[in-house]
Amino acid sequence: MKPGPVKPRQRCVKPGQRRGRMAVLWLLPLVAVAVWCGAGGLAGAGTPVETIAAAARKVVKVYGAGGIRGLESYQSGVLVSPDGHVVTVASTVLDADDIACVLDDGRRFRATLRGIDPRRELAVLTLDGEDLPAFVLDESPPLGVGSRVFALSNLFGVAVGDERVSAQHGVIAALVPLAARRGAYEAPFQGDVYVLDCTTNNPGSPGGALVDLQGRLVGLLGKELRSAASGVWLNYALPVAEVARAHREILAGQPLAPPTADATAAVIDPLALGLVLVPDLLDKTPPFVESTRPDSAAARAGLLPDDLVVAVNGRAVSSRSAVRQALAIVAEGDPVRITVVRAGSIVECDLGPRPAGGRR
Amino acid sequence: MAGVAASALGTAAAAAGDVPADVLAAERQRIDAIARGSRAAVAIFAGEAGGGSGVLISADGYALTNFHVVQPAGVAMKCSLSDGRVEDAILVGLDPTGDVALVKVVGHTDLPFAELADSDEVEVGDFCFAAGNPFLLATDLRPSISAGIVSGVHRYQFPAGTILEYADCIQVDAAINPGNSGGGLFDARGRLIGINGRASFEKRGRVNVGVGYAISANQVRNFLGFLRGGRLVDHATLGATVGTDTDGRVVVSDILESSDAWRRGLRYDDEIVAVAGRPVRTVNALKNVLGTLPAGWRVPLVYRRAGRPQEILVRLAGLHRPTELARIVAAQEQEQQPKEPGQKQEREPGQEPARPAPQLPDTLRDLYEARPGFANHHFNILERDRVAARIATSASWAGTAGAWVLRGRLGTGAPFRIVVSAERALIDLPTGTTEVDATGELDSDPGPPGSGGFLAALSLWRRLLIAGPAHLGRTNYWGTQPRDPRGLADTASAALVDVLETSAAAVEARFAVAPEGAVIGIELWPTPDVDPCDVRIEPQPGRSAGMPGLIEVRHGDVLFGTFHVEEMTFEPGASEAAGETS
Repeated sequence: MKPGPVKPRQRCVKPGQRRGRMAVLWLLPLVAVAVWCGAGGLAGAGTPVETIAAAARKVVKVYGAGGIRGLESYQSGVLVSPDGHVVTVASTVLDADDIACVLDDGRRFRATLRGIDPRRELAVLTLDGEDLPAFVLDESPPLGVGSRVFALSNLFGVAVGDERVSAQHGVIAALVPLAARRGAYEAPFQGDVYVLDCTTNNPGSPGGALVDLQGRLVGLLGKELRSAASGVWLNYALPVAEVARAHREILAGQPLAPPTADATAAVIDPLALGLVLVPDLLDKTPPFVESTRPDSAAARAGLLPDDLVVAVNGRAVSSRSAVRQALAIVAEGDPVRITVVRAGSIVECDLGPRPAGGRR
Repeated sequence: MAGVAASALGTAAAAAGDVPADVLAAERQRIDAIARGSRAAVAIFAGEAGGGSGVLISADGYALTNFHVVQPAGVAMKCSLSDGRVEDAILVGLDPTGDVALVKVVGHTDLPFAELADSDEVEVGDFCFAAGNPFLLATDLRPSISAGIVSGVHRYQFPAGTILEYADCIQVDAAINPGNSGGGLFDARGRLIGINGRASFEKRGRVNVGVGYAISANQVRNFLGFLRGGRLVDHATLGATVGTDTDGRVVVSDILESSDAWRRGLRYDDEIVAVAGRPVRTVNALKNVLGTLPAGWRVPLVYRRAGRPQEILVRLAGLHRPTELARIVAAQEQEQQPKEPGQKQEREPGQEPARPAPQLPDTLRDLYEARPGFANHHFNILERDRVAARIATSASWAGTAGAWVLRGRLGTGAPFRIVVSAERALIDLPTGTTEVDATGELDSDPGPPGSGGFLAALSLWRRLLIAGPAHLGRTNYWGTQPRDPRGLADTASAALVDVLETSAAAVEARFAVAPEGAVIGIELWPTPDVDPCDVRIEPQPGRSAGMPGLIEVRHGDVLFGTFHVEEMTFEPGASEAAGETS
């Protein structure tokens, strides 16, 4: 995140993605212009100013772990119930004991991680609040390609305190299966997502709201991912139906979606066991335990902060990513045993059966 | 959903050749607005260093742009107009902290220009568009347009060191790319709401990612007078630092005892509630307000101590020391120059770098004058003379060379008499008579006691009106300030009046001049860094402009007196000519 004065250093754009994007933007015919201006006349739709003002009240700025080595310590979230349920993306930002959510009136809440959905990479936080402004999570059919939308998010952490999150406008360019990767890993979710003609792939944007002209939640801005095919950063959002399902499943305590037929390897986040490791900052971050979630398998097994994980089911692990890989080959329902070094001694911890799902 | 429905509707209607009238009207309005903004756009070329964009704000060629765009160009540059013509332009004023510069395209009197809107009315979701020259792509030199919405208002973007601070700026998703810098951001009616100049970039290199920032038109308006006066302008500081306490309140964490805020009573741990009429709930909010204000303005400040709110009027100090800005600008210039191998860059500390005399084309040679503290002193003389001409037309002061006698009653009802001549200034009050020697230094006896220098102020006032600013000590055009600083609490866009700045005898004074040419305020400092004698003059209805009806004198927090002028007479004086020319 390096905001700086705009000063032309180069005289021409590199050909490629930018031209393509511009072309899409200018393909919007006059009709789109007209619709926008005339939006006030549509049933149920206010002006863009009114729509954004109302919807932005339901978007929160999320603060947690990070702030070093290019990892942001902030992201976005959406309020989905008046009693304080926030849906956001599952990320290293949530690898913190102290997660804060700030509303657009400046109210700051301490958030509790209720659970995560590792396949959709979503998480539910709960705030101790009442009568909070909230979106309605429904499973309405997806918006059509060409629909106008607004994206509301805490991009670049620009907004602080009682400042309102940033608003961008765009168009749904496609509804296609997500084929994306983060570094060497394929993204676990491969269902349909909205591809947006709107640059939402910015630090802090993930977890932000995608709303229609009436201000209804139609999607959740996804994590920063590149296209698996081209390497181009993707601007996309998970449709609200997926968000609603994730929310429901996390609340029901079955956050992991059923396995799909083509699953060859399972991916499970240590968080699903209630195990919070230190943020993954280096190529080989030593897998120290940061904390454990209360009442989780990890907590019941007696894992403690500052334990160093040295093996998973007898398989030696030397880094955070190795822990993840080792967990990936434990079949659903098989026992998970984690070996740690604590104060110079080896301690074995049994975490019980591996939870269902987590497959891709 | 609505979008789909309406799109389908629109397409169907268009196919049928029957587009609703309001849709056509909206389309027409947008085309007109973009045409209007586009016509005012200029491109600025800074030679090897690249260039940027700008926007005309007057028919005679004044154009706004970014400091960082003109800075590599120095004093002279080429500007292309929206029709592709290329013209010479000269630097007028610089605001490095706010990243704003004013230039003048020479040789025109009828250029299309943009109207500055009230940017505090801009709302998130409003349509906006940028006109400029991104990537310097336009080979025909005609502006490129990028459209979008306002993403955020009252944003704060941290400075680089002490310059290039974007306070209270407008965030947009219209594409702002390298080369758009300095160009205009316009609203749906084609009015200027900001100057584009900055963007958040990250992983895609220096290409727009839907996050651009524009300096607000209201900030520009606050500084425009100073810029037109050819100044190197400075931004304001309170002279205090603030922090957020455990309850989330913004409190004073440190304060300079030499600051006006301290003299007005602000202390450690006081909670800042509002500044210049804007509520302060976060540290960012305070930075946003201060970042848009020029050094030297007075603004209302509300603070709370032990639960009780108090309002004070605080004079804001400069963010930089007097020579510091010039050094920063010069250091940046040096950075732009290719360095000779082994060339020494060190400079004596505190020494102002010598700016090489610019090589100017013939069209610009008479439009530039170097002077410390100024970007181009030539334009200061133009502004000073403009104000002088207005003072001269407000009343015929030329025939009033004798002693001026003002009679009337104080607020208490007691009579007073004031006599001001070239030799002396005298006041009769119920408490006694005070007289000062008007031919001396004026600083030794700031009488009458308790006023901070009322008689010296009146003496300079008379000399300004009779002889004009060109013949009163060293008088420059200062800039503009709110006609009523307390009015800032009610409206963010206060009426601004011109101010002249004088060093005469041994004192410093500022004269606020209303549009009709009346001097409506005098501030006089017998010595620097003390409270000035603050004189407010209300013209008398029915009399010619400039004749005082009510004079109010304050010193520090104390109202020295209110003078209702019932009669003003002018005595013939033979010794006058000698006095004025001595």
